Amino acid sequence: MGLFSKRKTVFVDADILVIGGGMAGCGATYESRYWGRDKKIVVVEKANIERSGAVAQGLYAINCYMGMQWDENQPEDHVRYARNDLMGLVREDLGYDIARHVDSTVHKFEEWGLPIMKDPETGRYLREGKWQIMIHGESYKPIVAEAARKAATEVYNRIMVTHLLMDKTKANRVAGAVGFNVRTGDFYVFRAKAVIVAAGGASHIFKPRAVGEGMGRTWYAPWSSASAYALPILVGAKMTQMENRIVLTRFKDGYGPVGAYFLHLKTYTENAYGNDYEPTWYENTKELVGDYIDRHPVPTCLRNHAFLEEVKAGRGPIRMVTKEAFQDPHKEQVGWENFLGMTIGQAVVWASQNIDPKEINPELTTSEPYVMGSHATCSGAWASGPEDYAPDDYQWGYNRMMTVEGLFGAGDTIGGTAHKFSSGSFTEGRIAAKAAVNYVNDLGNDQPQVRESEYENLKQVVFQPLETYDVGRNEIVAGTVSPSYLLPIHGLQRLEKIMDEYVGGISAHYTTNEPMLTRGLELLDMLKEDLAYLGAEDLHQLQRSWELQHRVLASECVTHHTMFRKETRWPGYYYRADHPKLDDTDWHCFTLSQYDRESGKWTMDTAPVYHIVD
Amino acid sequence: MPTFVYMTRCDGCGHCVDICPSDIMHIDKTYRRAYNIEPNMCWECYACVKACPQNAIDVRGYADFAPMGHSVRTLREEEKGTISWKLKFRDGREKNFESPIRTTPWGSIKSAEDYAAPNQEAMKSQELAHEPNALNIDKLPALAPDQLKLGVV
Repeated sequence: MGLFSKRKTVFVDADILVIGGGMAGCGATYESRYWGRDKKIVVVEKANIERSGAVAQGLYAINCYMGMQWDENQPEDHVRYARNDLMGLVREDLGYDIARHVDSTVHKFEEWGLPIMKDPETGRYLREGKWQIMIHGESYKPIVAEAARKAATEVYNRIMVTHLLMDKTKANRVAGAVGFNVRTGDFYVFRAKAVIVAAGGASHIFKPRAVGEGMGRTWYAPWSSASAYALPILVGAKMTQMENRIVLTRFKDGYGPVGAYFLHLKTYTENAYGNDYEPTWYENTKELVGDYIDRHPVPTCLRNHAFLEEVKAGRGPIRMVTKEAFQDPHKEQVGWENFLGMTIGQAVVWASQNIDPKEINPELTTSEPYVMGSHATCSGAWASGPEDYAPDDYQWGYNRMMTVEGLFGAGDTIGGTAHKFSSGSFTEGRIAAKAAVNYVNDLGNDQPQVRESEYENLKQVVFQPLETYDVGRNEIVAGTVSPSYLLPIHGLQRLEKIMDEYVGGISAHYTTNEPMLTRGLELLDMLKEDLAYLGAEDLHQLQRSWELQHRVLASECVTHHTMFRKETRWPGYYYRADHPKLDDTDWHCFTLSQYDRESGKWTMDTAPVYHIVD
Repeated sequence: MPTFVYMTRCDGCGHCVDICPSDIMHIDKTYRRAYNIEPNMCWECYACVKACPQNAIDVRGYADFAPMGHSVRTLREEEKGTISWKLKFRDGREKNFESPIRTTPWGSIKSAEDYAAPNQEAMKSQELAHEPNALNIDKLPALAPDQLKLGVV
């Protein structure tokens, strides 16, 4: 590696290393400082924490707020809600934990300056729905980032973390992370006593509906590159519910959110002929999932299911009936500001197509699937629960510690806890951080140490795509086609096509089966082999290369989980055509996976679902 | 394309490069001005548009589904604490909106370390920072399960 021998290595020591400065990471940073006054708290972020993560653009609602001060909801109610929406399977211990703390988070946000709308009659936060409160959240992320910056000892922006480092003195214990600076190309070695992974979930693992310039207008941010999963998977942390991908019913092309429209503006959907189509599919759905269709509110996936069946029956497009509501100027204002605050691209689509919802009922569509852990879905790492009540099977150490010692997680990273959203992710970061401070205090002199051979080897691996490109580029005259390397976009598009066709994407109507999944895994194996030939023209492409590596590993995990669960638990999210029904006899359980880095093999297992709340 | 930069307005200051969450605003080596190097990885989040001191950055909706002739412009004024929007439809209709963005001065958040340090007992409790006070209820709720149920509930 003569070419890169002069590349600088920067060493950073930390008591607590927070990877990812989005909502969960900012919560972890704030709380680490509160409990660990003498600790060195380091945040590392591949973009700039001022505008990073899924909330970079802003939000118009906080979707997880109990309102315990007004007795609006209790944490138990939220557990029942999330359990119902996820068809019975959530980590109730973790969900309750977030719900009991989340109000203090939201009250802090308000104190810090986040404009929360108020009900003029009661003076309480203005409810959009039972769990949602409305905010003017254009600056939600900059406000939260200000609190995190003041709490952190150091914030490293524009560093893409590629791998975690393990301890050389004790097996299965984390010791830090490595990455590279996207601007300078310096290699970074973070040596940390505890690591909190607060990185993003996964967009762009399934082929998006728009594949031209508009491929960036995914529902979840294009910079959510599955690092939340790949980093822990690579060091052998157990993952759970990775098959539980989410499909979103949204306004067409812009993926503008529908929550405020349904809940606050009281708009509703109809098929192309003006009919309410959901009752049409009641019996069909009942056949698949039994009594789950009778629950209230109707689970998100089952509403998707009716939508999909209606479109397949040829009665699309499905539209949102906005014309009535939008005659009220206040509602019209809310409808537009809702987009401008969090999904500006939808306003751009409507302006471009002359869609004024006062005069035209806009089309809806179902998105490509996403894998994440904070919305109406709960993929992520298997984590230890709260000490005061989590069942023994869910408790092996510190709260939110994964199955690797010293490795904590929050937000999209942690599995089993649906419906945490922005406020719950920040709250989970706080929970993980307090536990991490306790962990570091308890370490005493038994401190982790990184292995020089490990990070030196990774230094070569991390920068390899730059060398591969430099060498291969000389073989060809010009252009993007080389016999020696693949560009990151080539690998990304192959990944999206494999996942789309074999693992239940849009072109397969979200349907797959064991033979399809088997073939998908064969193709993913070849893609993984080809990743050794990734070529990066510059540091930006090197970032894209590592985002792709993370996406591919997460996708492989998703595919193994989808193969393992032999039922269709969430019709409307995906269908196992060879096991088309929900099966509570054999599959009322969590799925678990563990990756072995040496052999490349996955081990699958199940874990019981304990109901703690009635 | 989604964002693009007007040649005559950009002075190459790099604020957009610094803020873009997708790392797609870069400085062109010949013109020393910013441009979007990877339009298909743009979320139209407007972080660069809001950050540009010269109002040099605009958005043209994604070519694969947005007909031309529209515009969605914004002005974010931190001192005033507002953001304003001007929408122009393809057919010329216009809509204007303005929202607050913050209720306190920028930089005014009290740091986590400016609160009294927690004691050892608090360290081992289930309470997070500022609890139970910040919950606005007497006590942090907890579960005391007398039994764990398996199966469907």
